Amino acid sequence: MDRENIVLIKRPNDCLPSEITPEPIYRRRRALLQAAAAGAILGAARAAHAEGGGLPKLPNLARSRFSTPEKPTEYKHVTRYNNFYEFGTDKTDPYQFAGRLKTRPWTVVVEGECARPRTFGIEELLKLPLEERVYRLRCVEAWSMVVPWVGFELNALLKQVEPNGNARFVEFITALQPDTMPGVRLPVLEWPYVEGLRIDEAMHPLTILAVGLYGEVLPNQNGAPVRLVVPWKYGFKSGKSIVRIRLVGKQPLTAWEKAAPHEYGFYSNVNPDVDHPRWSQKRERRIPEFFARRETVIFNGYGDQVARLYAGMDLKKFF
Amino acid sequence: MQSTPGRIGALKALVFLAALYPFGRLAASAVWFPELLGANPAEYITRSLGDWCLRLLLITLAVTPLRRITGWNWLLRLRRMLGLFAFFYAVVHFASYIAFDHVFDVVEILKDVVKRPFITVGFTALLLIVPLAATSTNAMVRRLGARNWRALHRLVYPIAILGVLHFWWMVKRDVTEPAIYAALLAALLGHRVFHAWRDARSGRAAASPRTSAAAAARDGG
Repeated sequence: MDRENIVLIKRPNDCLPSEITPEPIYRRRRALLQAAAAGAILGAARAAHAEGGGLPKLPNLARSRFSTPEKPTEYKHVTRYNNFYEFGTDKTDPYQFAGRLKTRPWTVVVEGECARPRTFGIEELLKLPLEERVYRLRCVEAWSMVVPWVGFELNALLKQVEPNGNARFVEFITALQPDTMPGVRLPVLEWPYVEGLRIDEAMHPLTILAVGLYGEVLPNQNGAPVRLVVPWKYGFKSGKSIVRIRLVGKQPLTAWEKAAPHEYGFYSNVNPDVDHPRWSQKRERRIPEFFARRETVIFNGYGDQVARLYAGMDLKKFF
Repeated sequence: MQSTPGRIGALKALVFLAALYPFGRLAASAVWFPELLGANPAEYITRSLGDWCLRLLLITLAVTPLRRITGWNWLLRLRRMLGLFAFFYAVVHFASYIAFDHVFDVVEILKDVVKRPFITVGFTALLLIVPLAATSTNAMVRRLGARNWRALHRLVYPIAILGVLHFWWMVKRDVTEPAIYAALLAALLGHRVFHAWRDARSGRAAASPRTSAAAAARDGG
């Protein structure tokens, strides 16, 4: 005991004053290390982008504070495992058949309860300041991905048309091209596919219109040329290939609500405590992992940003 | 076609390898090339195993009608193996669901079984097929007696119906595939109903209950 104390007391003397690094120097070293770490992260992000699909690049992308630091799911998985029923109900159908989708000319009509309804050409939307948003995507089928979207906040578009006081909901109508979409021959859902949000959900900064993926323009199977992305809701809420956005007073009836109202609600917020009638939502499988061992988090982990939208609401009733 | 013991043996070996092939392909891909199984390899495996279970059930049920139509009695020699493969695929399908979907969480699995109708019927089918596999040996046929054995093995009809229902209730929206299985099963079961009805009628015409019993015994299963 005593000897140890002696050793401890003696130790500071072992370090010569000349060996102590002066403060300015160690501060500079720390800055260098941080820069190197940031460089490594950027490098990794660039490497991730390098493995895109060879589609036209979208330049000058700002990075977003809303991006998750999680590793993006590989491009090939993000683009070959899709639910886009207009091209078939198999997950690989969109990759196989969406090539035929006509994405030019393309316009998005924004109309309804607003002062300045108007039509936006896709070229115009692509010129808006774009940023990269790396979001988690949780499908209602209990699998998930991490997707580096490129887009802009939907509120940027909606503000341009000046919604009026009657605009309580937003309805999203997606493309219906019977000659390019083999899936719409079957009445699997009512076509065109329609989705909806409450106005405060639509104006939320996390809600974006995506025009790109992995720093490139959107591949058709992911909803080219412009799609909705609402990261705290199940994937089907994020309608693909949007052609019309309507500001409305009444809650829109969505495609999945029409098809199976007891299974798919209007809100469809990611919620591990509200099971789908046919499977549990407690856990999820991160593509391409084998085991569904990830715990699903309420609002897909975006609760800090969006939970207040649902304060006082019974989320089991409004599922 | 002539059936000699050698030919039957070769045919059995061929059918054995063919029936094992889908499993072998999935297992080998899972271990060495999961990329081949797409973005969600576990889902691909579970669904493929379920598909093959249903296919083998239908193939097993096709033996009797095919034999009646073609007169190829040697088909009967393959039936036990085909049925056992259906059982095998049911077991590995369930195992894949336990491991990949629930990571061996028994509580969650039990909740699924009682709460979710498509799991309930699938699980029931699995339970029902176990005694059929367990009594598949010649020794068990002798122990049970042909009549009891045949009665027990008629369970394959509800098993197949539950299996198709399990598939039908599982799909989210597009029921094309389960509808194809349902139509095939309806045809296979319809064939039996038709024969039973015809045998009963001809039996009545001949006023000989023995004839129809003999016919039933001959066509059994």
